[in-house]
Amino acid sequence: MPVLTDDAAGRVDTRPAPGENPPQRRAWWTSRRRDQLAGLLFVTPQLVGTALFVLLPLGLVVWYSLHEWNVLADTFDFVGTDNYRKLVDDPNLPSVLRSTAYFSVGLVVLNLGLALLLAVLLNQKLRGTVVFRTLFFSPVVVSLVAWTIVWGFLLQDNGGVNGVAGMVGADGPNWLRGEWTAMLSVIVVQVVKNVGLNMVLFLAALQGVPAELYEAARVEGASRWTQFRRITVPLISPTILLTSIITVAGALQVFAQIAVLTQGGPGTSTTVLVYYLYQQAFQFHQFGYGSTLSVLLFAIVLTLTVVQWRMRRRWVFHEQ
Amino acid sequence: MKTRLTAVVALTALLGLSACGGGDSGGSDGPVSLRMTTWSANEAHLKLFDEIAAEYRATHPDVTAITFDPILFESYTTTLTTQIAGGNPPDLAWVLENAAPDFVSSGALVPLDSTLKGTDGYNFDELTPAATKLWQRDGKLYGYPFSTSPFGIFVNTDLVKAAGAKSPAELIAAGTWNWDNAIATASTVASKTGKAGLVVRDFDYKGWDNLSTVWTGWGAQAWSADGKTCGFDAPEMVEAMTFLHDAIFTAKALPGPGTAADFFAGEAGMTITQISRASLLEKQTFGWDLVPLPAGPKGDYSVIGQGGMGVLKKGKHADAAADFLAYLTNPTNSAKLAQFFPPPRTPLLTAETLAKTNPLLKPEQLQQVVIDGIANGVVKPSHSGQAELSQAVRAALDPLWKADADVKGVLDGVCSAINPLLGK
Repeated sequence: MPVLTDDAAGRVDTRPAPGENPPQRRAWWTSRRRDQLAGLLFVTPQLVGTALFVLLPLGLVVWYSLHEWNVLADTFDFVGTDNYRKLVDDPNLPSVLRSTAYFSVGLVVLNLGLALLLAVLLNQKLRGTVVFRTLFFSPVVVSLVAWTIVWGFLLQDNGGVNGVAGMVGADGPNWLRGEWTAMLSVIVVQVVKNVGLNMVLFLAALQGVPAELYEAARVEGASRWTQFRRITVPLISPTILLTSIITVAGALQVFAQIAVLTQGGPGTSTTVLVYYLYQQAFQFHQFGYGSTLSVLLFAIVLTLTVVQWRMRRRWVFHEQ
Repeated sequence: MKTRLTAVVALTALLGLSACGGGDSGGSDGPVSLRMTTWSANEAHLKLFDEIAAEYRATHPDVTAITFDPILFESYTTTLTTQIAGGNPPDLAWVLENAAPDFVSSGALVPLDSTLKGTDGYNFDELTPAATKLWQRDGKLYGYPFSTSPFGIFVNTDLVKAAGAKSPAELIAAGTWNWDNAIATASTVASKTGKAGLVVRDFDYKGWDNLSTVWTGWGAQAWSADGKTCGFDAPEMVEAMTFLHDAIFTAKALPGPGTAADFFAGEAGMTITQISRASLLEKQTFGWDLVPLPAGPKGDYSVIGQGGMGVLKKGKHADAAADFLAYLTNPTNSAKLAQFFPPPRTPLLTAETLAKTNPLLKPEQLQQVVIDGIANGVVKPSHSGQAELSQAVRAALDPLWKADADVKGVLDGVCSAINPLLGK
């Protein structure tokens, strides 16, 4: 008989009792294996989900990118690297990548800058900060499309934004029809929508900075700015890394705002990479080339994330 | 052990996959259920379709269900092609005129001639050649043009009167219903009432093909009939677009870019749209009129938009779907559909017949706008690869919608942008 005793951690001891030969059938069913199975069962739903909805589509997109796929004619022909050659020669691609870069840089700088500013302001122990935190966070939970449609009305030539501008005697531009103002509008609409999320992350990080460090700095005569630069920023740098990775990846995937507000126009000034690949695949029925653009997008996001991750040693303090 | 467990996980994933992909693969022998995609979610339209479908099923017990699946108009073709790409094609689909060349030429649709001609009492010869032209390839019909809807101008007579402008009806009576006078009326409405003067519906400085309702009056066209030569830089087009540009930025007769105005909500004096939109006026409190498009420098003209119904080759029950299409569009049911969609059948195209089912429109409106329109109408621009072309034109036309635009320069730019695509 094996000795079956439950220890404090709930593990079962399956060691044979002294003087007994271990029965062959039970030999492999060790506590380690039972734990392994339990663990695997726990993660299986997530694994299946990831396999079905992330890994499989990812593989399929690479496969499709090697094909000329005309949905209407029902043809699916292997063309090797033709789509990748087309990508290199695509006359529209430089302007698309430029728009994507403008949008991403604008969004990341504005979003992180504003989120940090708001977090620092709302981290003060003043009355009413809870109300403002709620106010700034509330757009995060609003439906993206509803939010964008309402902004579409506000940004019309005779819309609310210019109405307010008119009240103070300013003559606002036709926001969504000028090349620069359209890009700026899309960025600002997105920043206001999501700045609350980064703000909350920064707030949590700020509240984790030990108060005695500031005290010590004050004793040493450090100014507010020096305290911010030398204490706050280094101590919240892991959060800055996290938010910048999330925001960059999100910026590169912007779609709904463009589709609702500008449809890539005026001209092609707001045609960013995801919108361009949507046009190619779903509007122009070139699913093969659309998939190639997805592979490009994947490569860009991956590269930027890896670069940010690698660079963390240079500037992220207190990494665990 | 590790490999065995990995295998189990992989197997589970595969089983999950095959469960997703394996369903609903019935052949055409068993019970048949049909699905038709439409861009109309109008209750009255769907009710009529359901009634006709119920009558059909009464005599076809093998067809267990016929569903009509409305898709948003703005993204209709995109959604339809995505359904086809995703392996979930409908059995029948409405096809817009601008997607017709792609659908007809690609082989996505089943030829309908033999089914339609082989159906008793179908009277295939009643279909007017003007209506079926767009839907044919190599002498075969790939789509039934169930709606051939001419563009006209709806007028908010209350607003025009309030502005003290000459109404289109007066101008028609005086024989001076032309573009100059139409813009003068629109401009007066805009300046006197603060509402919009004239709205080219669905244009909104993006849907440029709707401007063909204007430039056709100048004899301009987006591209030549064979689709190979760009028409945007032609003198007629430059003249038409200069006129339009002045109407927008000088006379302020049309709402400028980025300004929304809905005629059917009483926000505009006039709107150019298809007569099938008349149903939107049923419960309207303002007085309204429907008039033909004004004469351009080249005289009277009309423009039509079309909708076709086709049977998808990739659908599961193509034969049953074609048979239902023949029933849905037979002379009896065509007459019923005519209350919403101007039909392609000659005997139905009389003011008396149409008046019975279009109580909102007067016989002379039906004669002037619908019957004459269908007989002489120019179909809105369509071309194979339309989506890509359309996007290229939109982007290249954008610089035109500024007060200081160089019209000729912009239109030359449109041609340089689309020439490579027209040559494909």
